[in-house]
Amino acid sequence: MDIDWAALGSVFGVSLVVTVALVGFFTLGIVGLSKAASGDQGGGSGVAAKAGGYLCFALCAAAVAYGIYIIVA
Amino acid sequence: MEHITLLLGIVIVTALVFDFTNGFHDTANAMATTISTGAMRPKAAVAMSAVLNLVGAFLSVEVAKTISGGLINEDGLKTEVIFAALVGAILWNLLTWLVGLPSSSSHALFGGLIGAAVMSAGWSSVNGGTVVTKVLLPALAAPLVAGLAAMLATRLTFRINRNVDEKSTAKGYRAGQIASAGLVSLAHGTNDAQKTMGVITLALVTGGVLAPGSNPPMWVIVSAGVAIALGTYLGGWRIIRTMGKGLTDLTPPQGFAAQTSAATVILASSHLGFSLSTTQSCSGAVMGAGLGRKGGVVRWSTATRMFVAWGLTLPAAALVGAAAELLTKQGDWGVAATAVLLVGGSFAIWLRSRRSPVTHDNVNDVEPVQDEPSGIVTQAMASVAPPPTGAAVASEEADGSPLGSIPAQPGHSSATTEPAARPAKV
Repeated sequence: MDIDWAALGSVFGVSLVVTVALVGFFTLGIVGLSKAASGDQGGGSGVAAKAGGYLCFALCAAAVAYGIYIIVA
Repeated sequence: MEHITLLLGIVIVTALVFDFTNGFHDTANAMATTISTGAMRPKAAVAMSAVLNLVGAFLSVEVAKTISGGLINEDGLKTEVIFAALVGAILWNLLTWLVGLPSSSSHALFGGLIGAAVMSAGWSSVNGGTVVTKVLLPALAAPLVAGLAAMLATRLTFRINRNVDEKSTAKGYRAGQIASAGLVSLAHGTNDAQKTMGVITLALVTGGVLAPGSNPPMWVIVSAGVAIALGTYLGGWRIIRTMGKGLTDLTPPQGFAAQTSAATVILASSHLGFSLSTTQSCSGAVMGAGLGRKGGVVRWSTATRMFVAWGLTLPAAALVGAAAELLTKQGDWGVAATAVLLVGGSFAIWLRSRRSPVTHDNVNDVEPVQDEPSGIVTQAMASVAPPPTGAAVASEEADGSPLGSIPAQPGHSSATTEPAARPAKV
């Protein structure tokens, strides 16, 4: 009986990092967009928040695309 | 399709029935949190999951070459052994559905196979080491990994969005939740529909219809995909209720964190070669998300029942599989008797379920009466259970201070009777 500790360890590490990063970026995206929508007094910062929000969503979309790639491959 | 004997025909039909139970048993994995947080209407959620399961069944070209992943010696496996194994797996799936507990369909299939193989060819046909590495260890690891990831992610998301109005973020969380639920559905269709394809293909090989090592014919792929999709669309509403509402109360950010954690763990584990059970990852993620919110509680009574079901899955399915194999060994009448018992047993479980139906209409209706006591109890348990180390508990007991045990006691008994009382009320 040989337990593949390395594989188990990497599943642990990758899952933790990827989950936290994904949720973090997605939340930043949501927060960025809602700030851009509500805070129209700031002008420049609103645009920055909006751009940052879309960037975060793009990262998440890339992760989902990679997930589909893993399923298919 | 020629040369298919009656026994082979029965095995194929039974495998598709198992695929169907697998579908409705596992709808909860992808959709429970999506439904309980209101991100999607129940019917729409199961419809989407069904479509993605069907798509997933066609996506991967890599076919499951072994059905047990090396758990048992599959050389010279007889067709009726596969049948007996499927009987064990189906009955266990139905029973856990009846009591509304999420449990791994793969483990049920493994259990049935082990029981039937042992009854057919003795203990030597089982690889004990593989049972530990493929079943026991993943069963411990899956909820831990997914739970920890979901808990940290929940904390993080609440921290980031603490200054933002809840309403403005709800739509975003909803979209994120639907996306990760879709990924889980897709992965489920690929993995689990393939398992059935593997079973049918193996049966066809052992029955001499296909040459060893051949790929599953198109009709096998189509029927397995359709069976799992139909099962998913039917929706295992009992299990969805337990996972979405029974374990903990989820807000949209928590649902999103749980679903993302589950999707990540499932994909990472299958990609990195240490497969973890979808069901156990999802349940763990839900509990982790429950613990991650300030004031969030996990109903440990429900969780405990679920853990017990996980522990019982393999041996219980093995017992039924062994009994079924004992019967099918007797020859044609034994196979017929097993088939009749399977149909009868399934019908009895279905009849029993009609007494307290859970449907898409009432899946989210959990009585507030039940919420209140269990909320207090689990809060008490959550505050008492995890932090004290063995030494702290020991010193508390040594003090003779009854304070630690008395408030927990009545609460605990009400927590254990609460789930039993719930179905009767519905």
